[in-house]
Amino acid sequence: MLKDRTAIVGIGRTRFAKNLDEPEKTLACRAVLAALDDAGIDPAEVDALASYTMEETDEVELAKSIGAGDITFFSRTGFGGGGSCATVAHLAMAVATGQASVGVAWRSRKRGSGVRPWTNTSVQLPTPAQWTRPFGLLRPVDEIAVLARRYMHEYGATRDHLFNVALACRNRANQNPEAVMYERPLTREMYMDARWISEPLCLYDNCLETDGALACVVVGAERARDCRRKPVYVHAAAQGLPAQHHGMVNYWNDDPLTGPAWTAARQLWKTADLGPQDVDTAQIYDAFTPLIPLSLEGYGFCGRGEGAAFTEGGALELGGRLPINTAGGGLSEGYVHGFNLIDEGVRQLRGSSTSQVPDAATCLVTAGEGVPTSALLLRN
Amino acid sequence: MSVTEAVNAAGGLADGLLLPWPDADGEPFWEYTLRGELRVQACADCGLRRFPPRPSCPRCHSFADEWQPTSGRGRIWSFVVAHPPLLPAYAEQAPYPVAVVELDDDPAVRLVGTLTPSVRRPDAPWNAVPVARLRIGAPVQAVYQTLAPGVAVPRWALTGP
Repeated sequence: MLKDRTAIVGIGRTRFAKNLDEPEKTLACRAVLAALDDAGIDPAEVDALASYTMEETDEVELAKSIGAGDITFFSRTGFGGGGSCATVAHLAMAVATGQASVGVAWRSRKRGSGVRPWTNTSVQLPTPAQWTRPFGLLRPVDEIAVLARRYMHEYGATRDHLFNVALACRNRANQNPEAVMYERPLTREMYMDARWISEPLCLYDNCLETDGALACVVVGAERARDCRRKPVYVHAAAQGLPAQHHGMVNYWNDDPLTGPAWTAARQLWKTADLGPQDVDTAQIYDAFTPLIPLSLEGYGFCGRGEGAAFTEGGALELGGRLPINTAGGGLSEGYVHGFNLIDEGVRQLRGSSTSQVPDAATCLVTAGEGVPTSALLLRN
Repeated sequence: MSVTEAVNAAGGLADGLLLPWPDADGEPFWEYTLRGELRVQACADCGLRRFPPRPSCPRCHSFADEWQPTSGRGRIWSFVVAHPPLLPAYAEQAPYPVAVVELDDDPAVRLVGTLTPSVRRPDAPWNAVPVARLRIGAPVQAVYQTLAPGVAVPRWALTGP
């Protein structure tokens, strides 16, 4: 069992912006070195690496630039933002099983100034894209908007529920000087009047497009106690690829609205001493606002179909039933494939968030819902 | 010429719109749509229909398959209306609706498609259906639009009021 046998002891990041001058590789190295410095661990001690398959800076390039030692474990997880928490999960497993002792996970991405992946028409359209793209479902937002409308239809969810999500994230970003949207408040009027992107989703239902890089350091619990910062333990970790799941275009099974969160959650809670009722704050992957109600249901914070209603009455705000995305999330802090949610989970459990949940002791961090996903249950 | 060869010959695009790029499993679907038929892959041993097409049956694990005809009738399961930013050829037609349709023959088989106001207008512009006419549950019928020589895709014609 992974339970508390490893801990995140260092976090590092670059600035977030729409456009950073330095290349992704440089940003990756800066974030990793910052995380190691935060932990007080010499880069020569790094012997494990984990990232996303979409990460452009590979292990060879990163290791030789930061001056890592011999690497004995390296892994990549696929499916875009679904892999964020899996990077830490893989490092925790590697350290807990003796395959390595100091692991670094990272993500560096120039999604703000770089190209939008869906604009690349030269790539072939293998399954499942041949069944969707030629018909005008071009972008991830279109694929999720299909599920969002069906969800609204089945459960009476409204745009106000999606606004609750966007607003909670924006309010936290307005408290976080590092957030891209720090000085940009959001009102209901702005949301309701915003231009459509893919109806029923408007501009503010979409995450930001951000340049930036983040990293974190994972070591064994014993080593963690000697590090510079208070350890944040990996209490449980899980991945989830449900039976007969189809990724973002999950239209071809009996129940398209039961996504990978449900599978990851079952594994997560099975291996944890805690349940959803014990979570003090959650950092929930928010490339699009509808992912929040879907994830709230999947991870067991409410019943099926109750995720939208859960957002009412300020439940997601600081002081609410479940404060989420307390640095602003992908919607308002910056979108770096969900890695900043891990970073914020660590800050909450160190007590250093700019929107600190009082005495936060347990934090759920999730990766992308709607794709094969992963999750972490962190505690201090 | 196979559909894959036809798509290759067109460079994967028709007037800037993406053509379906079949894989080995999906190729028969596009061969049938070229003939004006909507067929779904099914297991030749246990009969389980499966979509999208794939090499083996997830229930009995047989690699033998057959392509079963469908009525081409269905109902809108969900839909979006896409607005820019989009690729240029798509932006020209935006805002345009796209539906996911569940087939009357097998509701777990859902097909994506653009919409047209009538079965008599398979070539109508993508934005020809007023969004106000769209609702979940609305009945539709498959029609076929030839996008490039040797490549035809299904679209959904509204058949109700």
